[in-house]
Amino acid sequence: MELSGAEIVIQCLKDEGVEYIFGYPGGAVLHIYDALFRQEDVKHILVRHEQGATHAADGYARSTGKPGVVLVTSGPGATNAVTGIATAYMDSIPMVVLSGQVPLPVIGSDAFQECDTVGITRPCVKHNFLVKDVHKIAETIKKAFYIATTGRPGPVVVDIPKDITDPRVKIPYEYPRSVSLRSYHPSTKGHRWQIKKAVELLLSAKRPMVYSGGGVVLGNASDELTRLVDLLGFPITNTLMGLGAYPATGQHFVGMLGMHGTYEANMAMHDCDMLLAIGARFDDRVTGKIAEFCPYAKIVHIDVDPASISKTVRVDVPIVGEVASVLTDLCDMIQSGERRPDREALATWWDRISHWQKVDCLRFDRSGTVIKPQFVVEQLYEATHGDAFITSDVGQHQMWAAQFYKFDKPRRWINSGGLGTMGFGLPAAIGVKLAHPDSEVCCITGEASIQMCIQELATALQYRTPIKIVNLNNGYMGMVRQWQEFSYESRYSHSYLETIPDFVKLAEAYGHVGMRIEKAADVRPALEEALKLKDRTVFMDFLTDPTENVYPMIEAGKAHNDMRLSPGMIDARELA
Amino acid sequence: MRHIISILIENEAGALSRVSGLFSARGYNIESLTVAPTQDPSLSRMTLVTSGSDEIIEQITKQLNKLIDVVKLIDLSESSHIERELMMVKVRAVNGAREEIKRLADIFRGKIIDVTPGTFVIEITGEKSKVDAFLSALAEDSIIEVVRTGASGISRGDRGLTL
Ligand SMILES: Cc1cc2nc3c(=O)[nH]c(=O)nc-3n(C[C@H](O)[C@H](O)[C@H](O)COP(=O)(O)OP(=O)(O)OC[C@H]3O[C@@H](n4cnc5c(N)ncnc54)[C@H](O)[C@@H]3O)c2cc1C
Ligand SMILES: Cc1ncc(C[n+]2csc(CCOP(=O)(O)OP(=O)(O)O)c2C)c(N)n1
Ligand SMILES: [Mg+2]
Repeated sequence: MELSGAEIVIQCLKDEGVEYIFGYPGGAVLHIYDALFRQEDVKHILVRHEQGATHAADGYARSTGKPGVVLVTSGPGATNAVTGIATAYMDSIPMVVLSGQVPLPVIGSDAFQECDTVGITRPCVKHNFLVKDVHKIAETIKKAFYIATTGRPGPVVVDIPKDITDPRVKIPYEYPRSVSLRSYHPSTKGHRWQIKKAVELLLSAKRPMVYSGGGVVLGNASDELTRLVDLLGFPITNTLMGLGAYPATGQHFVGMLGMHGTYEANMAMHDCDMLLAIGARFDDRVTGKIAEFCPYAKIVHIDVDPASISKTVRVDVPIVGEVASVLTDLCDMIQSGERRPDREALATWWDRISHWQKVDCLRFDRSGTVIKPQFVVEQLYEATHGDAFITSDVGQHQMWAAQFYKFDKPRRWINSGGLGTMGFGLPAAIGVKLAHPDSEVCCITGEASIQMCIQELATALQYRTPIKIVNLNNGYMGMVRQWQEFSYESRYSHSYLETIPDFVKLAEAYGHVGMRIEKAADVRPALEEALKLKDRTVFMDFLTDPTENVYPMIEAGKAHNDMRLSPGMIDARELA
Repeated sequence: MRHIISILIENEAGALSRVSGLFSARGYNIESLTVAPTQDPSLSRMTLVTSGSDEIIEQITKQLNKLIDVVKLIDLSESSHIERELMMVKVRAVNGAREEIKRLADIFRGKIIDVTPGTFVIEITGEKSKVDAFLSALAEDSIIEVVRTGASGISRGDRGLTL
């Protein structure tokens, strides 16, 4: 088969099994767009801003486990994509971004729409390439997919100068069947000796704790995790990125941990004598004050990336490998041995945890007519039978979504944790809906965040991706306002948006359904009504209590046992 | 502590900036960095001198290993090794000072590789400490310019950093 460079790009995507590509055209990629036009296998989703393309591809990737694919032009196309690439990088999401570049002979001459895409994206990609020869396109794209999806996943950028996609230059094409790189060998199986040491620690623990993260979701190891936790009977907490990997309604789940984690999860972290960390990276939002992190615990850490291990907290037993494989080995080794966990010690430990649980740290006021944001999420959970895909933006609403939507399955909770990118939720929801057309997809957002990629409402109409937008409109950048209330004596410096658009009209202008909900009693009926509109995107603008804060909260630099609870809540420490 | 790390890296455009970018992005310090292709032209060998606590050095080696272009690396400081640096120094050399400088160069096994009526260029190789010592032995106001390669290193014994 003889193909031009542009045709090779598209043929590679077909051979890679790519279903959707999210993009925006421009001069440097016109040859590629022309090749795209002349085929039907790879479906192109035209977004309204390149940031939207990356987030939509990201949502597709997070909800399926398959890599998200993006196509942007050189210069501003590429720079607009950077936020989405960095977002994917921080959360280890597999993504391949194809960017156009000015022709090879003019690279470096400040040509029209030239920017050093490889240089600009270098710090926020797993790897990137500048292809300099039409004969290298197929091999490079193959490598890009391989690198993006193996080991610790991440985004890979392939920068393609326009001249090598010239339709007049045809060369023989063959997609490489496999690829091997002498400099890249991600680990898979954990070291047996290390696993044995871990088993010993697990079985001698009196106050064990499992702390699992996004790595379990990324590594498709939910079943293995559930098997281990149920086998041992240990309490488990999830990071924001790990929600759903162990069912939130499962009997051993104690809620999320960290800055806005539950009282019981954080107290158990502080008091445990053995911590099993699985596919989690000891982020500062999770550890709080490092010097007082799990002061009594021996720590075992399973991670595919050696650089994640002992990065911020030193661990006693590192295990480098894929979670699924290591957890299987762990379970098998425990089951084939004689020894069992210390049931008596565990019962005492669970007893203590249940005291902490009695604090009921997520309780909120249900008495008034004003809409409490927590109530909306709780009602959404019930109305969707806990089975929706939920995307979110960044802020208080994100935390309430994490706390109140009980995810029982992995890949249902789609949010930007590491970079915390406002504007992520709407385009991500479009990507999720394309991948799961028969599932309910909701975007829990805030009036500030939604405006950062609002233009993607047009994309949602063009591709008929009916999503339900749940806007928790508190009139403030609530998360910023909360920090200002706590740490800056309520000086609300520029966290109030004076001119919020009429979202109902805005939704209608984009061809969708808009709803405004102002009273608590109307929340559930509104949700039910919106969910009935199966083939429409509905923008529900809930006017919520502007003064509500997210609790519990571990303020920056504080330890796990130093949480700020909702005012009026029985003093937790007395109970505990 | 000071560490000297040897790296085999793909000889590709941009590979060097991936390494230097990693150091600036993560706030690690680089004392020196040398790089040149090996006998296999597809590979470059880099010697990097850095310093930090054991934890930081562990992160540095892990992060370097994580770069896709890095094929292999070793921390030479962990075992017995040889370190060499090359320096060329241009000094003012007039009248009686010419003999004096020549003697000094001999003591340090330096070579005079360029001569003019008023200057010498002296080449010195050795460990950092020797090169430093030669510099401080020269009268400060005689030095016109100094160029140093930074250290390159190799391990002793029969082990080697190869594919
Ligand atoms: C406003 C806001 C508030 C936040 N508050 C909290 C909070 O209260 N609590 C909280 O937990 N987070 C919170 N976060 C998120 C936080 O910033 C981090 O993103 C999150 O804690 C990181 O989750 P993780 O440790 O699971 O790591 P991830 O970023 O999900 O990283 C996954 C880890 O697993 C490893 N891995 C990947 N694949 C595999 C595999 N196949 N096998 C083995 N290992 C693998 C990776 O190497 C990596 O180390 C907040 C974010 C925002 C924006
Ligand atoms: C692109 C970007 N800019 C700034 C921030 C900092 N930030 C974090 S939360 C937040 C406020 C979000 O407000 P809103 O979307 O209304 O959510 P709320 O907290 O009110 O629920 C801001 C500005 C960010 N995370 N992302
Ligand atoms: Mg808000």
